Amino acid sequence: MSGVTAAGLAPSRSVLSNGLVVIAKENGTTPAVTINLAVRAGSVCDPADALGTALFVSRTIDRGTAQHTADEIAGQLDGRGIALAVHVTRHLLTMACTCLAEDFDAVLGLIGEMATAPTFPDREVDTRRGEIITAIRQDQDNPAVAAVERLMALLYGDDHPYGRPAKGTIASVTAIASAHLSAFHRAWFAPARTALAIVGDVAAARATDAAARVFSDWTAAPAPAPVLAAPVPATGRRRVVLPMMNKAQVDIAYGFTTIARADPAYDACWIMNNVLGQYALGGRLGESIRERQGMAYYVSSTFDPNAIAGPLLVRAGVNPANVDRALASIDREMAAMAADGVTAKELGESKQYLIGSMPRTLETNAGIAAFLQMVEYFDLGLDYDLRVPERLRAVTLDQVNGAARRMLRVDRAAVVIAGPYEDGPDAVPQA
Amino acid sequence: MAFMAEQASGTPGVRATVLDNGLTVFVQEVHTAPLASVWCWYRVGSKDETPGLTGVSHWVEHMNFRGTTNIPRDQVKGIIEQFGGSWNGYTWIDQTTYLETATRDALDRMLFIEAERMANCLYDPEDCEAERTIIISELQGGENDPDQLLDQEVTATAFKAHPYRHPTIGWLPDLQSMSRDDLYGYYRRHYVPNNAALVIVGDVEADEALRRAEAAFGRIPAGPLPHRPRLVEPEQLGERRVTIRKAGTTAYFKAAFHAPAVGDPAFFPMLVLDAVLSGAKGLNLWASFRTPPPQRRARLYRALVETGLASAVNAALLPTQHPFLYVVSVTVREGAAPEEVEAATLRELDEVRRLGVTAEELAGAKRQLRARLVFENDSVTNIAHQLGYFATVASVDLYRTLAARVMAVTAAEVADAAGRCLRPGNRTIGWFEPEADAADEAADDRRAADPAIAEGR
Repeated sequence: MSGVTAAGLAPSRSVLSNGLVVIAKENGTTPAVTINLAVRAGSVCDPADALGTALFVSRTIDRGTAQHTADEIAGQLDGRGIALAVHVTRHLLTMACTCLAEDFDAVLGLIGEMATAPTFPDREVDTRRGEIITAIRQDQDNPAVAAVERLMALLYGDDHPYGRPAKGTIASVTAIASAHLSAFHRAWFAPARTALAIVGDVAAARATDAAARVFSDWTAAPAPAPVLAAPVPATGRRRVVLPMMNKAQVDIAYGFTTIARADPAYDACWIMNNVLGQYALGGRLGESIRERQGMAYYVSSTFDPNAIAGPLLVRAGVNPANVDRALASIDREMAAMAADGVTAKELGESKQYLIGSMPRTLETNAGIAAFLQMVEYFDLGLDYDLRVPERLRAVTLDQVNGAARRMLRVDRAAVVIAGPYEDGPDAVPQA
Repeated sequence: MAFMAEQASGTPGVRATVLDNGLTVFVQEVHTAPLASVWCWYRVGSKDETPGLTGVSHWVEHMNFRGTTNIPRDQVKGIIEQFGGSWNGYTWIDQTTYLETATRDALDRMLFIEAERMANCLYDPEDCEAERTIIISELQGGENDPDQLLDQEVTATAFKAHPYRHPTIGWLPDLQSMSRDDLYGYYRRHYVPNNAALVIVGDVEADEALRRAEAAFGRIPAGPLPHRPRLVEPEQLGERRVTIRKAGTTAYFKAAFHAPAVGDPAFFPMLVLDAVLSGAKGLNLWASFRTPPPQRRARLYRALVETGLASAVNAALLPTQHPFLYVVSVTVREGAAPEEVEAATLRELDEVRRLGVTAEELAGAKRQLRARLVFENDSVTNIAHQLGYFATVASVDLYRTLAARVMAVTAAEVADAAGRCLRPGNRTIGWFEPEADAADEAADDRRAADPAIAEGR
């Protein structure tokens, strides 16, 4: 059975009586299964006085359950060649792994235990705290990370859940104890906030039955989803320099807030961003800054809409001597696209690319599982993989150009420069 | 059709052919998705570079995305994306490779791109200059990462004769001085069909794919094979040590040991030993190292991370043509004493060197490796990578027998490998010691200037 056919993925989706969603798709390419459990418990759920709690939960949820110690869990996973990845984004905490098909039932049971009955032992919490603090210290010395974190704070505000640091701060992480992690788990982990995708060498019906056995008894009541304020529209340009004189290269982060995923302009913006900073190694930005001017090894833009207006971020790594030229080039490309739009040729190429890349996106079990979770989270419908091509084909030049005019406002961009660079006396004042 | 030789490759489902011009072609049918992956491999990497030209293999790779006689520069990167395809390339110590993965109807276009790349790249002088600054930017971006900087210095210290000592990206002065003629000459010498292997994997029919490969590449003439001096690193006679002191926030430690090449029977016992020490990774450089290894029960993880000395430990035994390095890398946990980290690491390595591994550890390591070898072959792109990689640095036969070789490893062989590899006289110790501390001072300044940063953001 193949991952994608003319009939599309056609996954099976069912909802357990407690509200947990199970999405299953059989794919026999390899004798392996990907399990991907996503809980709506990302860093936007962090208490304002305990930033980094969601991430801390992600580092400790697999370190002890009501039934098994951390060491026993480690033995069960390691012995099967499995590295469980627990990952936090703004909105989701995801536990994902690939196992051999023969290990599927045992591994699903273990993931069920971890998701529903973690114990957050003190010793584990203390050890993991040291690792998180080390990671925060590494981030402080990493211009690329520092630039993006500061940019998000500029775009959304320091206290907005999108503007706060997902890892938290050294002070906040130092104060988080096992009880805080348990309280977070009680508040946000519930079957009605959870979706489980199972993709691989297991029949969909059997996968769904196994999920029901593991999760049917889970009865936590769902908390209301956190309410996020829309970002305050920018009224002017903001620019921050983070001097890190011990570094060889400068990282630039440049961006705007855009639209929510549910906005009807989503497809037009998706294409617009592909032309701007993705197609053929960085789109127009890559062609100008990398290919023609040789100023950067990497430059690209990402468009990340979500429950609220998400960011469009441009990132580039440039020699300190080229920072001003590179920024001027980014401004020029943005202004040109906002004023003149994209060409019919660019529109056609990006559409072809985005449509044509679907079979690659949906080739591996892990790729299919991630796609199905995205479809579930944004409520796009089980046949979304089949509808993407028609949706993209329907987008007009006017819609893309309208999106560019609406979003790419050079005079309202936020800019962060991190690395061996300092503003001279004539520099634009910082925000 | 003018195939000089065609033989069963020995690998079920893999067709292997050598064209008249010496190009080896491998085709494997995989019909699980409507995709095909094409890789073209060249037996040239940074070990083939001479002093003054370090980094030339990688720079040549960059130039080979800058237009050909029949593909204008501004279309090279889009030509396959129009089919929804992905493309890429990489250079390392033994090899340079280029790939496209796209829907199967783009097969001819993928073959056309690779044939053009082999024979007709332009090396426009302006493009050479643009790539010079791009590559220097790539180098400087790498140097922003203290762990990468340390890795480079440890490798350079561990080797004194073999060209594995210099980084694939090259040394900065060479990148500043190399000329267009250096690049073009190197390209012409190494990019000949008899120094390459073409791999096609996916939803194709093998005979038809071979015919198309012949049509695309058959007219490219063979060339004299580049001279390859015999390269042997002399035995290391005692521990070496390198310390980088530089502004930073975090300390990094490495212990590197000369290790067997992939074709050496001792490689597989070392691979099992690595799984016991730090968790199994697998052997696919394109895929395996993107997923963390299962390592919570591994010896080094327990000795360093679980004890609070380190926030991360990793080790790597990579499949290489000549003997390379087994490198243990440790991120020191904030507040931990560096000397304790070094002592604990070396204590673990010394113990396994003296006492070997247990039967239970051996069985666990094999189970892990068996699973990882399945996981790393989950796409046409990954399968094609493995065929081409092993054809270039060892043999496809070795690829076919990876799992069997892992399963055949005995505890005595692991003990023997540990005894020989992990000797103190065979190691190079590296430290990145963060100095107090321009980064901290800058962070302090920022905290003073910005209350948001005062919280440690």
